[in-house]
Amino acid sequence: MGRKLLTEHINVEGIDTFEVYRKHGGYRSVEKALKTMSPDEVVEEVKKSGLRGRGGAGFPTGMKWSFLAKPEGVPRYLVCNADESEPGTFKDRQLMSKLPHLLIEGMITSSYALGANTSYIYIRGELLYVLRILEKAIAEAYANGFLGKNILGSGYDLDLHVHPGGGAYICGEETALLESLEGKRGNPRNKPPFPAMQGLYARPTVVNNVESIAAVPVIVNEGGDEYAKIGVGRSTGTKLISACGHLNKPGIYEIELGLPVEEFIYSDEYCGGIWKGRELKAVVAGGSSVPILPKELILKTAAGENRLMTYESLSDGGFVTGTMLGSGGFIAMDETTCIVRNTWNFSRFYHHESCGQCSPCREGTGWMEKVLHRLEHGHGHMEDIDLLVSVAKQIEGNTICPLGEAAAWPVAAAVRHFRHEFEWHVTHAKEAAQPGAVYRPSAVLV
Amino acid sequence: METTAVKPQFSEAAQAEIKRLLTHYPDDRRKSALLPVLHIAQAEFGGWVSPEVQNLVAEVLDIKPIEVYEVSSFYTMFNLKPVGKHVLEICRTGPCMLRGSDELTAHLERITGAKVGGPASADGLFTLKEVECLAACGFAPIVQVREKYYEQLDTPDAVDAMLSELRNQVHRPALPWEETGLPNALARN
Repeated sequence: MGRKLLTEHINVEGIDTFEVYRKHGGYRSVEKALKTMSPDEVVEEVKKSGLRGRGGAGFPTGMKWSFLAKPEGVPRYLVCNADESEPGTFKDRQLMSKLPHLLIEGMITSSYALGANTSYIYIRGELLYVLRILEKAIAEAYANGFLGKNILGSGYDLDLHVHPGGGAYICGEETALLESLEGKRGNPRNKPPFPAMQGLYARPTVVNNVESIAAVPVIVNEGGDEYAKIGVGRSTGTKLISACGHLNKPGIYEIELGLPVEEFIYSDEYCGGIWKGRELKAVVAGGSSVPILPKELILKTAAGENRLMTYESLSDGGFVTGTMLGSGGFIAMDETTCIVRNTWNFSRFYHHESCGQCSPCREGTGWMEKVLHRLEHGHGHMEDIDLLVSVAKQIEGNTICPLGEAAAWPVAAAVRHFRHEFEWHVTHAKEAAQPGAVYRPSAVLV
Repeated sequence: METTAVKPQFSEAAQAEIKRLLTHYPDDRRKSALLPVLHIAQAEFGGWVSPEVQNLVAEVLDIKPIEVYEVSSFYTMFNLKPVGKHVLEICRTGPCMLRGSDELTAHLERITGAKVGGPASADGLFTLKEVECLAACGFAPIVQVREKYYEQLDTPDAVDAMLSELRNQVHRPALPWEETGLPNALARN
């Protein structure tokens, strides 16, 4: 049984209220940081913890914090990225709606570390009901002296606000998020300048994922070194995995990094195996944008080692035989899943969500969707398969923001690992176009 | 585009809420409040934002109307055409598809008589809209109606329960900044 650093009290009755949260040790990190530590000491603990950005990129949080420019007399901001929209990912919604005070506590302690006096939580617009929960909790924190002027008599002031988006996946990209927070279309900015230099209102800004911020209280309370003892190598601490698809027990699990993938899928403590007694076919381990892997490669690396839930183990083998931990959006697919249909669905998603600024992404995602649509519906040609790979390659690396890669990788990986299935959609076009039709190895033997 | 005859006005409760929201941003950055104010506008004026309503938003925030149009047309949550009393936003993305969102959509089209992307059902109650990932994949398939998520809609019973709850709603649920018990926008429209 792994340690639960974030979600230990998630099912306690009334934990969404200040009183109950406080009774269970809530807001201790704010007291400790503001009364006994300098801002730099807080940053130092986060660096020592090895915490890596939990939104998907996995960039070390402490290092990101240390890049923040601190020109005299210029306000700086901490913005929490709660625009959770990566298909397969639903951990932040759960964390915020059940433990709103954990995020608020993390925001206060982190804002203190960065010297921000105004901070924002940018939440996707669809989650307006969670915004209401957060606003209620923020009001409680103000009423109890943890927000506002001179917090706990420390002389430190902080205002915290929640800001809703309007329905746009791209706003999870940090510069698009900042544009959106300024009341504009969510078009990602050219970088440099990075937000650490010129972010919100062209002022120095740090943008962190909900789960990263929520890990800060435990790091401050127990110390960065203690936190770093959990996990394997450079994958320290715990991670929230949102598991979905064809599992017996989909849901949100806090795991210690290093858990074997096989145990996560099949053990009753976690996902409890594949539903309806079926076989696992493939997994998208870190949100829809990471490469899909067939069963053999998600359970074991190409070298035959057990695949672990860590940044390093999941990416072992690069994109040839590996994938990424990403956001922890774990999508399992059983043997009845049509990979071509699923890939088409993801391509439609990226085409729909492309902001349209960069031609390779705007046009390329449209072409991939179109070609996949015709393959899935029985009108494809053999050369379409290489065409897909070629379009994916031309998007990758040629766009302002990583949405290009996010759209290209799933297509390239699906063809890499399931090429026979794409070919079957051409050779057995009529059959493949039937609703629910799925390639089966036996089908080609007949 | 459709037009409304009388110049729309925000209710007093909405005006107070907008005033509160504007304190969240620097004084010279009123435009920051655009998305939150558009959400209020959509709730106030029958679930969509007409050009007149968008002009009103521009006026309130002291920005040009085009600055509102280019934003309202970028974000998928804002309806730019009239909608039925309830907009059913059906998630169609991969994880929901794996758990039956295609079947759910077909089922909803059958029983409401509305078509995805088309006008509201003949009784004016339901508009069907397909949306991308709603971040609740473990509880798929999902439909969002205003601020509420209806989850695990994989049985006819679950769908019926949702629809009968919505049919029985005389007014849309009050928002925190509205006094409960007063007639609200849904009743007015």
